[in-house]
Amino acid sequence: MAAILEFEKPIQELENKISELRIFSKEKGIDLSNEISILEKRAVEVRELIYNNLTAWQQVLIARHPERPNTSDYINYLFQDFIEMRGDRCFGDDPAVIGGIGRFNGRAVTVIGQLKGKDTKENLARNFGMAHPEGYRKAMRLMKQAEKFNRPVICFIDTPGAYPGIGAEERGQFEAIARSILVMSTLKVPIIAVVIGEGFSGGALGIGVGDRILMQEHSIYSVITPEGYASILWKDSTRNREAAETIRIIARDIQKLGVADKIVPEPMGGAQRDPGTAAELLGRSIAETMDELLDLAPEILLAQRYEKYRSIGNLAD
Amino acid sequence: MFILVLEAFRKQKQITVQPDAENRDIPEGIWSKCSRCSEVLLNKDLIKNYKVCHKCGFHFRLTVAERIKMILDEGSFREMDANILPVNPFKLADYERKISEARKKSGLNEAVVAGEGTIEGVPVVTAIMDTNFMMGSMGTVVGEKITRAIEAAAAKRKPLIIFAASGGARMQEGILSLMQLAKTVEALARLSEAGQLYISVLTDPTTGGVSASFAALGDVILAEPEAMIGFTGPRVIEQTIRQKLPEGFQRAEFFEQHGFVDKIVPRPQMKETLAKLLKLHLQGE
Repeated sequence: MAAILEFEKPIQELENKISELRIFSKEKGIDLSNEISILEKRAVEVRELIYNNLTAWQQVLIARHPERPNTSDYINYLFQDFIEMRGDRCFGDDPAVIGGIGRFNGRAVTVIGQLKGKDTKENLARNFGMAHPEGYRKAMRLMKQAEKFNRPVICFIDTPGAYPGIGAEERGQFEAIARSILVMSTLKVPIIAVVIGEGFSGGALGIGVGDRILMQEHSIYSVITPEGYASILWKDSTRNREAAETIRIIARDIQKLGVADKIVPEPMGGAQRDPGTAAELLGRSIAETMDELLDLAPEILLAQRYEKYRSIGNLAD
Repeated sequence: MFILVLEAFRKQKQITVQPDAENRDIPEGIWSKCSRCSEVLLNKDLIKNYKVCHKCGFHFRLTVAERIKMILDEGSFREMDANILPVNPFKLADYERKISEARKKSGLNEAVVAGEGTIEGVPVVTAIMDTNFMMGSMGTVVGEKITRAIEAAAAKRKPLIIFAASGGARMQEGILSLMQLAKTVEALARLSEAGQLYISVLTDPTTGGVSASFAALGDVILAEPEAMIGFTGPRVIEQTIRQKLPEGFQRAEFFEQHGFVDKIVPRPQMKETLAKLLKLHLQGE
């Protein structure tokens, strides 16, 4: 059972009450099925009420839920015979980015994703999913490899941003991200980018220039984190919640803005509540998307990819 | 990537001595003080010296008009897409106000001006960014104007020169700003495949979403001395790693040393350097 977020407490209280009644009725041999079914109905209503009316900040909390399935979980669920490929052939291997080859519905594909940990220890090892230049350079290498062997590329985005550190700057973080965007712009195989948690800044886009951008229902995507927005523009980092509403980060909004192509449904309350079902829904959506893209000749694929980004903010003057 | 906007504002304040910051670049102001060596300089002399401090070589930031004057042949510049006005996709009141302040302060419609002109007779397409407009940040319109400039260079088979000066992607347009990175780079990919020359000139500052997109991808990358370059601004790095950054960190010289800049060109030599590069690429045509 995934950890409960503050706003989910009313649901939890009802669920606790239901299980108490069940135990009580069993122990005492009293028939409480009527009471239980009323509470169960109520729980469904409360759940719908809460999850259908999430604020942007509540979406942020779900998107960052520590038990939310991460890139590694989806690799395990959705890809067979996965073999991880490490290193950028230049400086090192970035543990914040995982990549390799596996089989998706029988077809060999390249998978790349930012990898956040689920606890402090894992997060320290994975640098909280914040990539260094070598992460983007590894991604580029694997994308070019995918192109050579005519494999589609699937990218999982889950990062608060690229890592802000001395080594990252020294080794050209800006150049690595720009170059990776360039590589994706001209790659002759389909690229499907999926935001599975949080996607912020050029750090996210560095593996995100897909023919299609999919977003899981409770994932978020923007130019900067709500915390960053509040502290920079308002000089007040306590206004996170307001910032989250202001900058449009939730999947539905990103789709309305013409950036996300599809929203992938999640189990009620978020992928962390039922990772298996979440993976199944995601797998179905990726499969559909891949079918659309595999039909296209490379020139058409590239022309459509160009048009997708060209038309974002294409102003009539 | 956006943090530099702040950094840059802070820095800008140090540069200015006139009481009215908005008129800093207008000839009415008589004096400027060098933010590095504190030398008090006559604006008239400063402009004659390419806005470089005659004492210590500090490069003041330029307006688009000053840059055009210093780089392009006199009277050759023809602006393109001049009338595209800023957009406010989320209808934010704060942003609306900032846009109108920026337009007043800079005298520009947006943070970039694009156009055609000649450099020592060689026709070019150029886009010039201006920090006086919301620290040169890139939203939808800046991305669009840069993309159109790239496409114009491709269509007219002219070399492209972009003078970057930007704190990064513009936060107030959210995801739409971020997508401008992809849009501009896609256009550059086509220009490059057509075999055409793109020179990127990094000026102070070039950071965030601008450094991490078109600015990093020149066939040739030049930089002005001591320009602040990088992905994340120094203040955010310091906050993250909780230590002071070394002297010169993220300056143009630092990135030249680390292999990300071809050549640092002092401003008085910028035009002749560009002309030389352009002519070297004309050979055989």
